[in-house]
Amino acid sequence: MNGVFDLAGTDGIGPVVVPEEEPVFRADWERTVFPMFAMCFRAGFFGVDQFRHGIELIDPAVYLKSPYYEHWVHTVEHFGEQLGKLDIAELDRRTEHYLAHPDAPLPEHDDDPELLAFVEAVVPAGAPAKRESDKVARFQVGDVVRVIRSSPKGHTRRARYVRGAIGEVVLHHGPMIYADSAGNGLGENPEHVYTVRFRAEELWGAEYAEPNQVVNFDVWDPYLEPVTVTVTTEGARA
Amino acid sequence: MSATTRTQEEIAARVKALESMLIEQGVMTTQAIDRMVELYENEVGPRLGAQVVVKAWTDPEFKARLVADATDACKELGIGGLQGEDMVVLENTDSVHNVIVCTLCSCYPWPVLGLPPNWYKDPQYRAAITREPRKVLREAFGFAVPDEVEVRVWDTSSEMRYWVLPQRPAGTDGWSEEQLLELVTRDAMIGVGPVGAVA
Repeated sequence: MNGVFDLAGTDGIGPVVVPEEEPVFRADWERTVFPMFAMCFRAGFFGVDQFRHGIELIDPAVYLKSPYYEHWVHTVEHFGEQLGKLDIAELDRRTEHYLAHPDAPLPEHDDDPELLAFVEAVVPAGAPAKRESDKVARFQVGDVVRVIRSSPKGHTRRARYVRGAIGEVVLHHGPMIYADSAGNGLGENPEHVYTVRFRAEELWGAEYAEPNQVVNFDVWDPYLEPVTVTVTTEGARA
Repeated sequence: MSATTRTQEEIAARVKALESMLIEQGVMTTQAIDRMVELYENEVGPRLGAQVVVKAWTDPEFKARLVADATDACKELGIGGLQGEDMVVLENTDSVHNVIVCTLCSCYPWPVLGLPPNWYKDPQYRAAITREPRKVLREAFGFAVPDEVEVRVWDTSSEMRYWVLPQRPAGTDGWSEEQLLELVTRDAMIGVGPVGAVA
């Protein structure tokens, strides 16, 4: 979707602010939200691509101004409601309760050895996105390609700044879960992933590009179309 | 979806309410939450990436394996996992400087760098680094990359995770691994800072 989260090249939102030091978690509530990603994933709320799409659906003004981990709260709520796992009216009621009584206790509960074992296992093992596939890669390293102009309304990783741009394939990673399918709840449908290198002049125009710069961007096979390669007298691709 | 921003107190109450419901459903326990937090506050952080860098600086064969397949090479040191299932290391040279970003969200190689700093996830860095990397590096990080050095920005749009193998600074011949480790900063492995100064 063409959302504000797709930020590359956006001007006018202020300088990068880098504090001298900061803790991993800036508030206790951030310590609670961070584990929700892995634990709600385990509980079937979302896959990684859907998780991102839930964040993309946040009101743009809230997205730009809210603390990072609040984005995660929104996507957990979004899928919890969509799947019937969370009653938002009940969530609102409990929010009022804890707002009035911040130190009120959480529900009593037993430890869950299986959940703890999941945490211990998933951190070092991860959840790989590479897949086996019979699909033949349409491109190889060295090919000149163009990112097609296409603006899906659902989840995609087609950042606007590379659409229509011409670049060169520099890495081929093999088939991986296709974000445009998995992120919209339509299954993994793996596609080949490549890294495409774009000259800054191609992305921003010669007048505005910084000197001697490239951007490498990962694309899935359906994002690309071949560019007819012509060989000049110097033998260089044009 | 609410269109208003919340205060810290409002977010904290919302999160506690959500936590209470997820606890009742058996999705979370406070024990598992505490363990996950402990892992990323104390165990998984940039010290791990620094170990890989120092090994690459002092062991040419390991460096060759790291550049060829970072995931496998890191596994030799027991390093890998969530949000770093498939990693590529980017070698800085005299003519190339690499820097990473995730313009679409906040993707970052957790197993070698831990969780990202907030500026990496904030809109400002994500908006500017593909467009004006030299300016961002100079103004926000005090790090000047000469024009003759090519700047390669890596926008992490897939599940591949990139990170930077900085150059070993001159004047460090014969240094111990402990001394070298002190030079390797998180920022150097993101590509927004040089390695530490050689005293």
